[in-house]
Amino acid sequence: MKTKLSAENLNISFGTKHVLKNVNVSFAENEITALIGPSGCGKSTLLRSFNRMHDLSPDAKISGSLKLENLDLYSKTVPVTEIRKRIGMVFQKANPFPKSIFDNIAYGLKINNLPHDKGVIEKALREAFLWEEVKNDLKMPATRLSGGQQQRLCIARAVALRPEVILMDEPCSALDPVSTLKIEELISHLKEKYTIVIVTHNMQQAQRIADKTVFMYLGEVKEEGLTSQIFGNPVNEVTANYITGQFG
Amino acid sequence: MKYKARLSLDIFFKYVFKATGLLVLALLGGILAMLIYNSFSFFMDVKPLDFITGIEWNPTAKIPKYGMVPLILSTTIVTFGAMIIAIPLGIGTAAFISEYASPRLKNILKPTIEMLAAIPSVVIGFLGIVVVSPGIANLADLSNGLNALNGAILLAVMALPTIITVAEDAIHAVPKTYKEASYGVGATKWQTLRKVVIPAAAPGIIAAVMLGVGRAIGETMTVLMATGNASILPTGMFDSVKTMTATIAIEMGEVPYQTTHYFALYAIATVLFIMTLAANMLGEYFINRFRKYHAA
Repeated sequence: MKTKLSAENLNISFGTKHVLKNVNVSFAENEITALIGPSGCGKSTLLRSFNRMHDLSPDAKISGSLKLENLDLYSKTVPVTEIRKRIGMVFQKANPFPKSIFDNIAYGLKINNLPHDKGVIEKALREAFLWEEVKNDLKMPATRLSGGQQQRLCIARAVALRPEVILMDEPCSALDPVSTLKIEELISHLKEKYTIVIVTHNMQQAQRIADKTVFMYLGEVKEEGLTSQIFGNPVNEVTANYITGQFG
Repeated sequence: MKYKARLSLDIFFKYVFKATGLLVLALLGGILAMLIYNSFSFFMDVKPLDFITGIEWNPTAKIPKYGMVPLILSTTIVTFGAMIIAIPLGIGTAAFISEYASPRLKNILKPTIEMLAAIPSVVIGFLGIVVVSPGIANLADLSNGLNALNGAILLAVMALPTIITVAEDAIHAVPKTYKEASYGVGATKWQTLRKVVIPAAAPGIIAAVMLGVGRAIGETMTVLMATGNASILPTGMFDSVKTMTATIAIEMGEVPYQTTHYFALYAIATVLFIMTLAANMLGEYFINRFRKYHAA
């Protein structure tokens, strides 16, 4: 399958802290890849490097190459806003804007000069399995939605821009099991149109939804492969110890 | 110390603190009662409607005139002018400090701005007389620059530290997650600031502006020194004005005790009090309107 997103010899450090060490990894188109590993192993750092969220940290040093197909993500000629439009992100804690449900989705469309009529908003909300629940309350402040609904709104906000890749940073870590299942169902559905990279601490979740899994440890990629293979027959000893719950 | 002694000390201090708390309430109530009581004495002599709508203030004339309109108008245009200058400057500076300035510059700017608040109002008034007012006179070709504009500029300077400090706190307190969400959909820094950060900080920014308005309406010494104090009906920023606060400060020292004129100054103070109260309540109203999006 075609490679959508890739990192080559990626090194990232914050000040004197070397967080990612020579990471080489690639993510296939229209697949869900789970990034797993103990806290502090660099999963989120890797994820956030793809849509250049580290631009906001002045002490971040990045070397190596990151590519969306053949596009160099850190090239000076590519505007960062364009990259973030093509590579959407869903954050750990649902972070709707303090605006209405409608405006939460219209915001991204407006600033990118895309149409933001009701039809477009409805389509995004339907894709995020949220339309039926909110269709009569589009003017309501988004902060009044439940946690799970807020996270689905954030997914709707991301898909509204028709990105090619959606990065998800532990999107279910703050949610109850029922909301989590709903979002997992949604994510599985979204892979038909988008390439998805999801950071998760929940190993059952990785097994339920991910086609491929990447195991990271202390800033390095230790093992990657089909989810069934990583969980069923890990090659690396550290991977085996982690997925069997001996540490982490 | 024995247990009993400790216990009685505990009770003793409970009453001490209760007393200090109630004292503040009593002071506020006392001031309000004094204002209203003396205002009533004034309204025995002058009809409230004549007081509020009268367009001439001349209590020492043969037939004294107690019309408040020139004073209210003076206070209003000076305050309004000050806010037109101070609000954009204040919010802009706050946004700069919070979002753009390097940590080093921030560490210099913040204490400097706070120090601006420590300059006594009489010094600002003095600057108004020797620097700003001649400048205005030169630029606008006037005989002197002691007018509403002069007062507005000085009051803007005085309100700025309050507005900047409070607005900066509000902007700084906007959760990072909002900004990340905005950058995440491809917004630029400016779009994020204008459409997400400032609206999210709006309650705090409005509170900052209202504190600034309160400061400007109530400020006395500076306007007294800088605005010329002509009790005429002002028509623009280049007219000399006599604000409500300056009127009370100037005339209270000379007025015979317990005359109509004396009571009239209390009536002015009452109106001043109502104006500041209204400004605060308006601020609260807007704060609540924005707050409903912030629940949870």
